[in-house]
Amino acid sequence: MRLSLFSLILWGLNLLFRFCAWRYPAFAARLREKSFTAQMRTADGSEGRWFRFGETFSSGAGIAPDAEVVLSFKDARIAAHLLMPPIDQQEQIDAIKDFKLKMDGPDELTSWFTRTVLLTQTMGWKYGIEQADGTMRYTSMTNGGPVFVYVRDGKILRITPIVFDDTDPQPWTIEARGKTYTPPRKTTLAPHGQNFKSIIYSPARCLYPMKRVDFDPDGERNPQNRGVSGYERISWDEALDIVANEIKRMKRTYGPGAIASSHGSHHTWGNIGYYLSANFRFMNAIGHTEVHHNPDSWEGWYWGATHHWGYSLRVGQCDSYGTVEDCLQNCDMMVFWSANPEATSGAYGAFEGTVRRQWLKNSGIKLVHIDPYFNETAQFLGGKWIAPRPTTSPALGVALAHVWIEEGLYDRDYVASHTVGFDKWRAYIMGEDDGIPKTPEWGEKETGVPAKDIRALAREWGTSRTYLGAGGWGTGHGGACRNATGIQWARVCVCLMAMQGLGKPGVNFGNLQWGTPVDFNFYFPGYAEGGMSGDMEHTAMAVQLFQRMPQLPTINTPGQKIPRLQFPEAILEGKAEGYMWDGKSIEHQFRKIVYPMPGHSKVHMLYKYGGSAIATMPDSNRWVAAYRSPELEFVVNQSIWMEGEAPFADIILPACTNFERPDISEWAGLGGYAHHGQMQLNHRVIVFQHKCIEPLGESRSDYEIFNDICKRLGLSAYFSEGMGELDWVKRQFDGSDISKAISWKEFIRRGYYVVPAERKELRAPTAFRWFWENRKKDVPEPHPLPSDYNGDYLKGLQTQSGKLEFDCSSLKRFDANDPDRPPVMRYTPAFEGIHDARFAKYPLQLLTPHPRFSFHTQGDGKDSFLNDIPDHRLLVNGHYYWIIRLNAKDADARGIKSGDLVKVHNERGAVICAAAITNRLPAGIAHGYESSANYQPLGEPGRSVDIGGCLNLLTPKKSQAKQAHAMAASAALVEIEKWDGKTEFIAEATIAEEKRAAARHAAAE
Amino acid sequence: MKKWNLIVDVAECTNCNLCTLATQDEYVGNDWPGVAAEMPRHGHRWIDIKRKERGQPPLIDVAFLPVMCQHCDDAPCMKAAKGGAVTKRPDGIVIIDPVKARGQRQIVDACPFGAVFWNDEKQLPQAWPFDAHLLDAGWTEPRAATACPTGAIRALKVEDGEMASIRAREGLEELRPEAAAKPRVWYRNLYRFTKAVIAGTVAATVKGKDECVPGAKVTLRHGATVVAETETDAYGDFRFDRLDPGSGGYTLGISKAGLPDRTVEVTLGDSVTLPVIRL
Repeated sequence: MRLSLFSLILWGLNLLFRFCAWRYPAFAARLREKSFTAQMRTADGSEGRWFRFGETFSSGAGIAPDAEVVLSFKDARIAAHLLMPPIDQQEQIDAIKDFKLKMDGPDELTSWFTRTVLLTQTMGWKYGIEQADGTMRYTSMTNGGPVFVYVRDGKILRITPIVFDDTDPQPWTIEARGKTYTPPRKTTLAPHGQNFKSIIYSPARCLYPMKRVDFDPDGERNPQNRGVSGYERISWDEALDIVANEIKRMKRTYGPGAIASSHGSHHTWGNIGYYLSANFRFMNAIGHTEVHHNPDSWEGWYWGATHHWGYSLRVGQCDSYGTVEDCLQNCDMMVFWSANPEATSGAYGAFEGTVRRQWLKNSGIKLVHIDPYFNETAQFLGGKWIAPRPTTSPALGVALAHVWIEEGLYDRDYVASHTVGFDKWRAYIMGEDDGIPKTPEWGEKETGVPAKDIRALAREWGTSRTYLGAGGWGTGHGGACRNATGIQWARVCVCLMAMQGLGKPGVNFGNLQWGTPVDFNFYFPGYAEGGMSGDMEHTAMAVQLFQRMPQLPTINTPGQKIPRLQFPEAILEGKAEGYMWDGKSIEHQFRKIVYPMPGHSKVHMLYKYGGSAIATMPDSNRWVAAYRSPELEFVVNQSIWMEGEAPFADIILPACTNFERPDISEWAGLGGYAHHGQMQLNHRVIVFQHKCIEPLGESRSDYEIFNDICKRLGLSAYFSEGMGELDWVKRQFDGSDISKAISWKEFIRRGYYVVPAERKELRAPTAFRWFWENRKKDVPEPHPLPSDYNGDYLKGLQTQSGKLEFDCSSLKRFDANDPDRPPVMRYTPAFEGIHDARFAKYPLQLLTPHPRFSFHTQGDGKDSFLNDIPDHRLLVNGHYYWIIRLNAKDADARGIKSGDLVKVHNERGAVICAAAITNRLPAGIAHGYESSANYQPLGEPGRSVDIGGCLNLLTPKKSQAKQAHAMAASAALVEIEKWDGKTEFIAEATIAEEKRAAARHAAAE
Repeated sequence: MKKWNLIVDVAECTNCNLCTLATQDEYVGNDWPGVAAEMPRHGHRWIDIKRKERGQPPLIDVAFLPVMCQHCDDAPCMKAAKGGAVTKRPDGIVIIDPVKARGQRQIVDACPFGAVFWNDEKQLPQAWPFDAHLLDAGWTEPRAATACPTGAIRALKVEDGEMASIRAREGLEELRPEAAAKPRVWYRNLYRFTKAVIAGTVAATVKGKDECVPGAKVTLRHGATVVAETETDAYGDFRFDRLDPGSGGYTLGISKAGLPDRTVEVTLGDSVTLPVIRL
């Protein structure tokens, strides 16, 4: 055999194995783990080398006939090219796609072999910084900010925010009103991030694979006992075999679509391990019915505001570039409307906006807070508190417009030049089309806000350069966009700003949560770019990451979808309808989803990721019923914690937290639907997420669990590309600009990199300024897509007219007679509000906003530190009850005192909470956060009260608009009474399912 | 000798609980010999946060008061302790010795601030030790200060004389001066927690419409003495702060050119938001 470069490289690999085994005892041990022969060779067998593993390692040139693993290259030239360092990932992928590089052998061995080869590269890497006391300082990232993690003897001692050192860059400064503002040189951390140690070391952790005791995959499955029967520990092999066999059985028995995949809206942080990354890759590889998400925190903006201004790729919310500087320099007044950034952290933004709002507090800018609850932002900043009844904010907006029109307090020139359809809006406001002028007096009747206050607010706003800080981000998000009139509210917000000259200096959307002058040209992928998913369709990977980080593409073959809000109907009634969340254009939302999709199987297996549905989905006793249906033959839940609906699964696969696996990410780096989410931060921070500790118990990373299932389906090489998650982390590093800014060695040692602030002269321009000045769009966002401009590229908005539309072209094209979404925004009272006939029986309007201390279910329950926060949960008789807030008058009328256990209920459910009496709510309104981690029925699920605190058991399932897929769950009608200790309660959803079951039974007879 | 002090600004506290959580993170599951034994996982809030709501809707304010071991120079717990179980370090920090204090429940009872907790399992009084072990290892401030996102908690290591001038300059107060314990924790804007408010709204019918009355002069009298004067804002709202709770009868005089004057009698118990005053 002649000695080619290929042969030399293979000989070198042999030496490398021997060197690593000599240098690293762990590597030597690994070489002894398995006994088999691997062969690397040319396709025709003319050149090659074998590697024999076992008690002694050996290797030789030539072909071993007994090789169980064969890695073959088309010819020696190609092989040498692909194997010669530095490895070019694109060429590797191309070689696989062109079948020039092939792998054969059992998955268990091929996976082991390729990873062993890769280990020779990674074995010597050094992580973290040793402290004087011997403690190691690592880094990680939470949903609430980046952290230092101090570890000693394999145990996490403490978790802290990151205080920058002398080598980190200086932050930006802003000059405004004679002052210079600059943020502190440290990161902030949300309570649910600071809390993390307690949920890592939580007794609620799933530490071992488990099987429901009365579930027998080969016999009785007893789906009716889900949520009741207990679990027994099983081996990983047994658990993985059951799951892999069920996947195969579903496909053979029922065909495409039988397996549904459902994940929450969030995950533990990290671009490789994220649900949009490893999970999407796996689910695409097995083929699934997608449980299609509604745009849960954007709702009204996506389904409503989009039609007035476009921004479909931001889910209906506008951009925020430059607004921190513009606001501090130019605005006179800020209206926080259903906006509580101090509690909601802008999503992932910790307390980064807080220092900026401290500047605001002392700037002389007038502040107004419109929220039925005197929220944390109002508490912190002060200002005028205006408390409309829940769901009536659009009526308040309409009445403000009435004052502006009547008193001439709007920008007529701007309306004439930058908007279309104002005449129709004006006719509605003044009552010319329906005979009802929307006066402040009219507004008072709906909203409960005195007409005099509406007039005063309208005059202040109409005579001041005003920022509208709508929702938690200031551009929307959360709050009132999630209740029954959320679409109307988001629409009226855009219409009001269109009247005031959106884009003028000092006139914009924002509440200082977004819009810092960070560097937007430094590329690091956000989680929505899909990590290693290979998924071009359901992530933003196609924008940039796909070329940056070459990988095998993945495509989900079954086209069937279930609209998430109707998952229970899909299971229980066998049919469901909804609409698409797809922001490529305004019109993508008009595409209807019909389940079942023609030619597809109905769903009979659910692969659930985590346990948040009962806590976060509306009228969630429906989920309880769905989980107990025989239609679902198999439920597997891959979960970190035993909570929520996890105890409804047949098999539990224990996943570890992101502190127990390596990953890489940027703080608040969302990408995709929230492009440049880092502009809510004071500093861009990119973190190497160290594997700080070993996975607890037998838990494994999501990536490894998926790979282990793939091994049983012959998919491992495709899923992993032969790599471990650490190798993928390195690929992401190599594919982004950070690899040009810091060496890998230094990055994994130090753990974080702070992107230097943008130079003053290069800062991004202000949102909408180009529009106001009739220039081409100049902010650094790649949307709308080129074909969505109506004339010259970059001129005008995404709407058909290119202008702000009071009379929406897209809605006229879709359904000009839709009562839920007429082309001109109108106020229609909420179906769940004071005009509802049920109001007599359920006279309290319950607000269920995003939680303050936990991140949805993350951080809550599970014996967490948060349980001890009296504003979060209260310990009564040994149980931590969820807090429900109510006004003293309502409490007195019901004989309720602070700390009493109360039953919060309506026909949908009953939740036992601890009462907190407060003046932060007007009479008639109650307040409790959505998304408790616990669902704890005190008896049969669906037939008893819940003491976990799942207030979404009480919220309406109805979509905000019939021709949309929009949850209306942040306000509900309830009654509250002192709890008499009784546990029985039959939910409407339970009764409905029992009737259906009886009908099915009768039909079968 | 420079000593540690803590400054807590009540007006900047939002009840985010990060100080409390950072302290739990530091002490739950960790034993710091000589400084603190492990904190129980639940039930102890070494930094606790009290709430005060003033007034009724729609004119209210809400303040929060972080309370922790005050590291008193004349510490009642030290006097109550036996066998030198509570000591004062030269840098001002008070340490409840995690070994010597075992069984000494009277240390809990002695604290006038309710800042010492009883660890039932360990039979040990425990309080926030200013993260002395970290400061000794070179950390520049306790974790509560690093974690605080608003700067409501600041740690200062200064001479007592310098601290006295900072106190004067920033108007810092002791939490309970009547306890005469000489605490090293100082509060700013404490009135938000301890004082009372009279708030109200002025309205009138103007051209047939109910309107807010901005710019009305509002005078607050206590007997014959004018206590304060203010003007209503764009919404007709006014407020008088820093009044003593339970300080009795006040008279409000409201005047606005072109509208009739009004006087309103108020008996101040706790903070009060008056019904709308119509001129």
